[in-house]
Amino acid sequence: MILARVVGTVVATQKRPQFEGAKLLLVQPETPQGEAKGATLLAIDSVGAGVSERVIVVLEGRAAGEALGKKLSPVDAAIVGIVDQLECVE
Amino acid sequence: MQMARVIGDVVATRKDSNLDGTTLLLVQPIGADGKDVGRPLVAVDSVGAGVGETVFFVRGKEASFPFHPTEVPTDAGIVGIIDHYTVATD
Repeated sequence: MILARVVGTVVATQKRPQFEGAKLLLVQPETPQGEAKGATLLAIDSVGAGVSERVIVVLEGRAAGEALGKKLSPVDAAIVGIVDQLECVE
Repeated sequence: MQMARVIGDVVATRKDSNLDGTTLLLVQPIGADGKDVGRPLVAVDSVGAGVGETVFFVRGKEASFPFHPTEVPTDAGIVGIIDHYTVATD
């Protein structure tokens, strides 16, 4: 799982049926120190995250599909937690 | 998933038989700012996307799920067409 910041929302009408009712958020991967790193990703949200929140994103198909709760979902990224607090000693 | 612009289509007569009937499109991944990120890639389409549209695509084995039970040999698949997206500015 990676740390990321929610930076935006996406609206798509024409999509695979497994995405019906799912919330799609744009997330920017971050280092533990909060610096942006890498390309912006699109993740489904299963925990009710919102823009500007820091989140935990799972980047693996099976786990992401489970977050959506539907079989054979064509997803590879899902927000599975909202970070309340993070302490990094290095 | 990642956002991308559809920048072309690909025609291949000789191909894996499990790719028969699929649409192959050339997509350029983009970031939240709309700028290109990384190299263009070939993705199978399962939502009827076309050149010029902004889409989102999934990477990995999950890209073949829309064609289940056919095991399409792909590692990238377009799974939604983006109507619009909003990026928070702070």
